[in-house]
Amino acid sequence: MADDAGRPTGGLIGQPHVRIDGRLKVTGQARYPADEPLANPAYAYLVISAISRGRVAGMDLAATKATPGVIDVLTHENVGQEVKPPMGPDGKPTTTTLESDQIWHDGQIIAVVLAETYEAAREGAYKVVVRYAAEAPSATFDSPGVEVEPLKANETRHDPAKGDAAAAFAAAPVKIDARYDTPIQHHNPLELFSTTCVWEGPKLTIHEGTQNLYWLKGSVAGQLGLDLADVRTISRFVGGGFGSKGAPTSRTAWIAVAARRLKRPVKLVTTRDQGFTIATHRAETRHHLQLGATPDGRLTALVHEGWEVSSRPSSYNVSGTATTARMYACPNIATKVTVVHADRNTPGFMRAPPDTPYMFALECGMDELAYALGKDPIELRRINDTQTDPVSGKPYSSRSLMKCFDAAAGKFGWAKRDPKPGSMRDGDWLVGYGCATACYPCNIGPAAARLSLTPKGKATIQLAGHELGTGAYTLLAIVVADRLGLQVDDVQVMMGDSDLPPVPGAGGSNNAASTSNVAAKACEAIRQRLAMAAVRTNAGIFAGVDPATLTLVNRALVGPDGRSEPLETAASRVSPGAIEAHVENVPQGLPPDAAAALYHGRASLLRGQSREDVTAFAFGAQFVEIRVHRRTCEIRAPRAVAAFASGTIVNPLAAHSQYQGGAIWGIGSALHEQTEIDLRTARYVNHNIADYLVPVNADIGEVDVIFVPEEDHEVNPLGVKGIGEIGIVGMNAAIANAVFHATGRRIRKLPIRIEDLL
Amino acid sequence: MRPFRYEHAADREAALQAGRSAAAAAGEAHVRAPVQYLAGGTTLIDLMKLDVMRPEVVVDINGLARQHGEIRSGPDGLQLGALVRMADAAEHPAVRRDYPVIAQSLELAASQQLRNMASLGGNVLQRTRCNYFRDVTWAACNKRAPGSGCAAIGGPDRGMAVLGVSEHCIANYPGDFAGALAALGATVDIEGPGGRRVIPFEELHRLPGDTPHIETNLAPGELITGFSVPAGPWTRRSLYLKIRDRQSYEFAIASAAVALDLDAGVVREARVALGGMVAKPWRSHEAEAALRGHPLTEGSAQAAAAAAFAQAVVHGEDRFKPELGRRTLVRALLQCAAMEI
Repeated sequence: MADDAGRPTGGLIGQPHVRIDGRLKVTGQARYPADEPLANPAYAYLVISAISRGRVAGMDLAATKATPGVIDVLTHENVGQEVKPPMGPDGKPTTTTLESDQIWHDGQIIAVVLAETYEAAREGAYKVVVRYAAEAPSATFDSPGVEVEPLKANETRHDPAKGDAAAAFAAAPVKIDARYDTPIQHHNPLELFSTTCVWEGPKLTIHEGTQNLYWLKGSVAGQLGLDLADVRTISRFVGGGFGSKGAPTSRTAWIAVAARRLKRPVKLVTTRDQGFTIATHRAETRHHLQLGATPDGRLTALVHEGWEVSSRPSSYNVSGTATTARMYACPNIATKVTVVHADRNTPGFMRAPPDTPYMFALECGMDELAYALGKDPIELRRINDTQTDPVSGKPYSSRSLMKCFDAAAGKFGWAKRDPKPGSMRDGDWLVGYGCATACYPCNIGPAAARLSLTPKGKATIQLAGHELGTGAYTLLAIVVADRLGLQVDDVQVMMGDSDLPPVPGAGGSNNAASTSNVAAKACEAIRQRLAMAAVRTNAGIFAGVDPATLTLVNRALVGPDGRSEPLETAASRVSPGAIEAHVENVPQGLPPDAAAALYHGRASLLRGQSREDVTAFAFGAQFVEIRVHRRTCEIRAPRAVAAFASGTIVNPLAAHSQYQGGAIWGIGSALHEQTEIDLRTARYVNHNIADYLVPVNADIGEVDVIFVPEEDHEVNPLGVKGIGEIGIVGMNAAIANAVFHATGRRIRKLPIRIEDLL
Repeated sequence: MRPFRYEHAADREAALQAGRSAAAAAGEAHVRAPVQYLAGGTTLIDLMKLDVMRPEVVVDINGLARQHGEIRSGPDGLQLGALVRMADAAEHPAVRRDYPVIAQSLELAASQQLRNMASLGGNVLQRTRCNYFRDVTWAACNKRAPGSGCAAIGGPDRGMAVLGVSEHCIANYPGDFAGALAALGATVDIEGPGGRRVIPFEELHRLPGDTPHIETNLAPGELITGFSVPAGPWTRRSLYLKIRDRQSYEFAIASAAVALDLDAGVVREARVALGGMVAKPWRSHEAEAALRGHPLTEGSAQAAAAAAFAQAVVHGEDRFKPELGRRTLVRALLQCAAMEI
């Protein structure tokens, strides 16, 4: 095996490896943020608003303060001035909490009860009597009082367009003109949202499950007016994030204020229902999709207009038209996105934030177009496949979409499909097959790492990375072992602490690309030092050899002719102790201040759809079998097959799980998940996981994953495209398309439920 | 959760003694009664954590398992002690063989962990999953706060009841086992300050009417000690069909408990109870009457289903539920008729 520069590697990248932290996790020894042992902690419990718009007119705290064990209550009246509001997920103003008496949304934090025990804090919180000055709220699309904001293009967002889409659509011989809806969804990671704050003099330590240690650190420092160096965030393991722990939220600064007031550590573990409103969610979206095509199936027009709900002050949006406009060859494209402001909490990142809702519309539309043309849905995609970004004209760094379709179709048995809707049955069950394209842009950010190597061949890599259950620790151990000629077990990985070198937040599928490339760069720095020392010495076997030709293999420094010397010998020339390297990796194309911004928690990503050189996406094809009972219309998904081509796969074992997890979530997304809102009050009503449904084991049958091999020499040095998000992207449409095939009913909203098919 | 006093009753007499103080202290409202019996705790503890229930005294009656923890099956029928765990009844060979509708109703409920804890007596008293009831920040809930109104009417009502509702409450009774008991004409053994009494299971729960806060005909301090299910030629040909969005661990959106006694395809006796959309455990005498004496066919099943839902009341998102209920009952009846026994 050889890397891009032709150097042999250790052959470990691409080999399946069990998680190096697996034993810790399954034996309960992995320490999650709320598990940190503390001296004399006080406990916090949140009081949240029961209205969605208005003001806190007053609070009766007498019963709360009289509750045994209650120490203090934070409200806007006593601490409101101590904190500057955090920015929203888009870095712009968002809803506030205790900063004022204003209520922006249901379930907004309006007080924090502090007590000697969790139980006393909860009891005290239950006894708070709030008087509201309520106003009529706007819940969602079409509610009276919403503000409609058509988005404009700026430096960071564009509305992809070319040609004259309206005219082309009007002239198209074959047309699809349809509207689609997706619901409010909440992440509900198993680990509840928690924050623990500990002060030592001017220094604040925050234990909080986060996908972005440096952003959280920078945000809290700014909110409290602290020196950046005085704030440390620790999050060694995250019990699931899915985007919900990506951006800083309000609670953290208040817990820091509480700990400062009480002069002791304060710990907050929120409840499941509070998690629906104190963090973010996937907002509901609407889509108007127009596809025009020639009778032989070539797209001539694509018009995709999206609407997304956000809070009053925030224009957070996902604008997935940046993806849908780039999927297929099409000469005429028009896109537009509108934000509808309602009295709601600000939405945020959730697995494949733009792509999951917007690709539902496009990929259902492609299925509808296939039926309108009388063509197989796979063949329609083949006709419109392209190796060139249809918007920018740049080449894709690699695009193996049709290889994915062909591999998955074969395994799935697509050839057995009778395309006529309602034509396939198994007893009382109608059977449907559906498929859809999955994709996700390849993102990479600046990153730093510290690496040490001992002469005995033990390596330690340190960076402020995030382990969300994705296998991030193992990924780095594999890369370092591969590059330094060690075994995976020889590598210690330290992450989850903002005292370590910064990396971007774990989001947008950038983690594997950002961290593996910086780790490889650190390994290369150490290899170079070993090699330089070896060729410069007069005594060694490599005296005078070109240092670039020396590699680290199996705990030895190896020359081009196969001669080698033990690592211990080579290392002792450089240092009697450990050899250390600190490196920063700033991918080409990022602004000059990217590294500096990284230390302040403002990592800018090089995004796959806006690079100067290429357009970089990972692609996949997802297939689902759906069964619908002919009488009672329960919908089940016993079988799914997906194929993905995503460049270099560092650890196929972890990647397999990640892809499977995406497909399983997709089944939930299409058939189960929906946050219900009371339109009269703009309040969520099913804010618990008995009523907010996610699939259980009995809902999941076979989920097959196919890795389509792909080498991408453009996307980044290691060719890592990222796999975190793509697994869910095609599932919504694949399932809706399969439901149509099973029943003849085209359901253009999610989730698809029994009542849609009766 | 608020502080409460915990008492452990070693036997029935001790429990009833504690219950007597309940009788003295209680008002009408069941939810906010100051003394509560604790068996498996799968409803009570949940609602205490949510601050919906705020008992001052919790009387642990698990010690009564010695007196009321048996399953007995004989020629006259089936006796189920109130302290029998759901899982134990679901796995009992005689229950599975002779009363499959009971075994299935239990097995399809909750999760294995919950079934291991929950008692049969507590199960039938399981409270509604109406989110307007379970979230105390909604001021209007006639069940929780008598006279305050019903916030659920006009809200998302997909999970609400359509049979037996009133303008004061549309909460759905969520249990499965109760449907089997109602269909099979079970009786309830009750002990209380006033002595021992036996009532038909159908009379245990009350319709909401204008008093949704009074959920059952149990007097304060009374305790369910067991259930008797009479034997009958229909119990072996019985099943429980539960329809839901996911395959397991979810409350029914529609369900049917059915039992049939067939004579060459003609219905000698039919037992039907409905769930997933009912204000209380719901035996459909109308459906039974429509079937009795007729051949069990698609047509007669449809007629029974039409009769069962003739009085359904819908509000909004729940408009599909009578149709789903009808289809569920038809499917259950046809499946039941096709059973090999």
